[in-house]
Amino acid sequence: MNIEKFVREFADQYDDISTENFTAETKFKENDEWSSMTALSVIAMVDESYSVRLTGDDVRKSTTIQDIYDIVSLKVNG
Amino acid sequence: MAFLHIKNVSIKGLSACVPATVEENTALTNIATADMEKLIKTTGIERRHIATPATCTSDLCFAAAEKLIAELNWDKAEIEGLVFVTQSADYLLPATSPILQDRLGLSHNCFTLDISLGCSGYIYGLSTLASYMQNGMIKKALLLVGDTLSISCSKDDKSTYPLFGDSGTATALEYCEGDEGFKFVLSSDGSGYQSIIIPDGGYRSRFGTASLEQVQIEEGIARNKLQLSLDGMDVFSFGISKAPESVNQLLAKFDIDKEKVDYFFFHQANLMMNERIRKKLQLPENKVPYSLKNFGNTSSSSIPLTMITETAEALKSGSNQVIACGFGVGLSWGSMACTTKDLIIPDLVIYE
Repeated sequence: MNIEKFVREFADQYDDISTENFTAETKFKENDEWSSMTALSVIAMVDESYSVRLTGDDVRKSTTIQDIYDIVSLKVNG
Repeated sequence: MAFLHIKNVSIKGLSACVPATVEENTALTNIATADMEKLIKTTGIERRHIATPATCTSDLCFAAAEKLIAELNWDKAEIEGLVFVTQSADYLLPATSPILQDRLGLSHNCFTLDISLGCSGYIYGLSTLASYMQNGMIKKALLLVGDTLSISCSKDDKSTYPLFGDSGTATALEYCEGDEGFKFVLSSDGSGYQSIIIPDGGYRSRFGTASLEQVQIEEGIARNKLQLSLDGMDVFSFGISKAPESVNQLLAKFDIDKEKVDYFFFHQANLMMNERIRKKLQLPENKVPYSLKNFGNTSSSSIPLTMITETAEALKSGSNQVIACGFGVGLSWGSMACTTKDLIIPDLVIYE
């Protein structure tokens, strides 16, 4: 897995806000667009690109894109 | 893996009954307009038929069954089995199916059974009743499936209340020697039991005064412990992974040509999830009907309700190869393949 690619894939799930400045350290819930619907898009992206099932708790306990990346990496390798 | 091939049984007819009251999601005032627009776009749910607190699932199923029996011209004395699938039963005990046997005027020689399952319930119910019938000792039987989950949702919970609609359905099964019958794959994962749950009121966590305390979970989500709690993210993640897998297992095991299937009926969860499942399976839109827009998520009855409201004309005339897949609360999921022929489908019954 590649963090830069993951950040771009993550950012693609936002439609309304500019995500050009998104990095691994971006706190992905701290913006005007994040909602439970965005969360579903992220879960779908992870399912499609990495064949991994993110749980509600995975998303709730994460703050940065890196946090989600770490969970996905662990599951991909698990 | 739990695969089943149950021969010599087929569906003769289907009917459904919904409460007369229609609630428009745009009319819900305790959810912000912008949020609601997004929610409708994501879920595909614009309106729902909702039961009044005095109406039980069994009332809706009773009305659906009466209409179906009449249009089938069945003699009630010949009906020897009744399976009722619901998670909104009349009482904690007794079971509701014997009550329905009596209300419908079926004979004492009719076996009755309640099954407590939701979104996967139609598939499990069909497999159970067809298994009882496959040797031909029982010739005619009814599968009654429905839920009134709108009553279990908190009006202050945007994660559940705008999603659920109510309905009751009846499916008539008959012994038909030589019929190819039904093929099933059935699965479970109880580790996810908390993803969709009404926490209190059963025996694990009995009803007490604390059960009625409304708790603010997050903005727009407040409920008490007798009300339905749904972890939308968990369920979404589960659905988009397991529903396509289940259908693929069925296709592979029984060597079914996807191209020859006329319709794929999925549990109606929400549009975003259902569309994701459809695309993963690479199914064309015209083979995957939805009743979400006008009825919402109707839990166990969503598959038969969709068959009736969206494809009745096609199912009434000629032969159709169909696949159905239910997935959700439990967690429990399963898929079924069968060929239907000239089904009897009465008009949708409206419960006043």
